[in-house]
Amino acid sequence: MHPLREEVPPSPQPNGDELDEILTFGDPLTRRRFLHRTALTAAAVVAVPALARHASAESPPPAAAPASPAPPAVETGTMDVTLSINGRTYPLKIEPRVTLLDALRERLRLTGSKKGCDHGQCGACTVLINGQRVNSCLALAACHEGDEITTIEGIAKGEELHPVQAAFIKHDGFQCGYCTPGQICSAVACIAEGHAKDEAELREWMSGNICRCGAYTNIRAAILEARDQKPAIA
Amino acid sequence: MNAFTYSRAADPAGALSELSARPQAKLLGGGTNLIDLMKMGVEEPPHLVDVNRLAALARIEEAPGGKGVTLGALARNSDAAQHPLIVQRYPVLAQAILSGASPQLRNRATTAGNLLQRTRCPYFYDPAFPSCNKRRPGSGCGALDPGYNRMHAILGTSPACIATHPSDMCVALAALEAIVLTQGPTEQRAIPFEEFHRLPGDQPELDTILRADELITAVQLPPQPAGRRSHYLKVRDRASYAFALVSAAVVIDLEGDAIKTIRIALGGVAHKPWRAKKAEAALVGKNPRDEAAIRAAAELELADAKPHEHNKFKVELAKRVIVRAVGNAVA
Ligand SMILES: Cc1cc2nc3c(=O)[nH]c(=O)nc-3n(C[C@H](O)[C@H](O)[C@H](O)COP(=O)(O)OP(=O)(O)OC[C@H]3O[C@@H](n4cnc5c(N)ncnc54)[C@H](O)[C@@H]3O)c2cc1C
Ligand code: SF4
Ligand code: FES
Ligand code: FES
Repeated sequence: MHPLREEVPPSPQPNGDELDEILTFGDPLTRRRFLHRTALTAAAVVAVPALARHASAESPPPAAAPASPAPPAVETGTMDVTLSINGRTYPLKIEPRVTLLDALRERLRLTGSKKGCDHGQCGACTVLINGQRVNSCLALAACHEGDEITTIEGIAKGEELHPVQAAFIKHDGFQCGYCTPGQICSAVACIAEGHAKDEAELREWMSGNICRCGAYTNIRAAILEARDQKPAIA
Repeated sequence: MNAFTYSRAADPAGALSELSARPQAKLLGGGTNLIDLMKMGVEEPPHLVDVNRLAALARIEEAPGGKGVTLGALARNSDAAQHPLIVQRYPVLAQAILSGASPQLRNRATTAGNLLQRTRCPYFYDPAFPSCNKRRPGSGCGALDPGYNRMHAILGTSPACIATHPSDMCVALAALEAIVLTQGPTEQRAIPFEEFHRLPGDQPELDTILRADELITAVQLPPQPAGRRSHYLKVRDRASYAFALVSAAVVIDLEGDAIKTIRIALGGVAHKPWRAKKAEAALVGKNPRDEAAIRAAAELELADAKPHEHNKFKVELAKRVIVRAVGNAVA
């Protein structure tokens, strides 16, 4: 198996009830971790019934719900959010405070995007939204309905690696690999933006991606080579 | 992060009525500051009004009647920094924006959010620290000596707060004398940039004069005289992706070899972008290549500086930044 692939688990393809369970709470293992880490969040997910517009079947809207024609979408408890990720549609039932990064990792098992700092400082969580690189740790999942989200899991074309991925392997653009998914997503966008002219430009325009292992020299070499191969997707 | 309810505003009127109906609600722009502060527990709004779909507020366009350029409140920092109207007419603004944060953050950060970002004072940013007048009015200021105050202000401070405003973009907007356009429930305001951000005084909890029920709709950039020179210089601990220790935005109009008008705004030294008006006044009529004259003007501006234990270096640094920024503007 490919070195870059090994770590990325196959996308879950569950059905019916199983899917609901995973989408709502994550798989049991994730869920236990999640419960442990943010007891409050998880408790709220379970305890607060879905009110308002996105009322689910098991919790009908309160009888007193106003019948005004187009009420503002006020959500309490969980809400239905449909995300489009790597060309697939994922219905989710989440609280508004769930970040895109947590939705990807904890709910959808798309664990390629990494949580480094969780505060916009390291770039490990970089994903592409409508082709633009963003820090998914500072984005609320609920804000991105209707957007096209691309994560590291969607960068390759099937079995064919994206030129940036292939170049990272060829040039050893990593040591521990933790920053790598973010580096690669960021690099794909950086090339598409036209900010990969030379080393100096890459130093500035890749500065949002910190590599604790200091693989910068090889990362830049990889990006410069990939830039000349073929236009990036994104 | 605290639990909150969430709604999406479909138009500015919708956002305003939500703000009026829920006094504790907050608007959500790019979220790069607000979500961060919510994760820290510094901000705990019970409701967020997502304004990201207000496309009408995201435009960057020529203002009617030759009044310059209107930079929409929801325009992303990345879009502003690469828009031809900004790059060609207000290069100092593009420079300042691009010197801030990272490409990822600038892709989300909005004009209004950038103006309203809060200080990076570590005592403010972490509720584990008991004392911060900005976060908890009346609790004291943890940054005052013997606190750690290397990143803090040297001009316009008060005994209540010595925080700095962290924005780069705002330093350029101060030098350009931009105007902040707001919409409240009953009135619209056009606020000169200098008046928008406050000095701490005895109410450091208030960063700006914006009211809780007001929406920023745009920032108006005044027309630029032909031949205007400008420069943004940022000095920081690393080459990129760090907040300013000291920065300066300079715009100069020349008459022959002499300075006709000059505006100097400093970042990293005060609770707001600091207009160096004493230095500006001293430089009118001077040759901008006369380094001794610029140094003398910088000395005059920094004469009132009140440094603390760890930020004494900022006094000399600010002087050098002024000299270098003026020099670069006319280079
Ligand atoms: C790691 C890191 C490094 C950074 N480095 C720098 C730097 O070097 N230089 C720099 O200048 N900045 C820097 N920043 C800060 C960044 O520029 C700000 O976070 C960003 O500009 C905020 O914009 P936003 O749209 O994301 O704001 P939000 O987080 O969405 O909002 C900020 C505030 O503005 C309010 N608001 C939003 N829109 C409106 C509106 N239309 N009307 C009224 N109120 C509104 C919100 O309610 C909130 O209170 C950095 C940030 C991070 C995380
Ligand atoms: S400097 Fe201002 S923000 Fe920092 S601790 Fe003191 S009061 Fe709080
Ligand atoms: S985890 Fe998002 S920037 Fe570090
Ligand atoms: S490879 Fe280890 S952090 Fe970059």
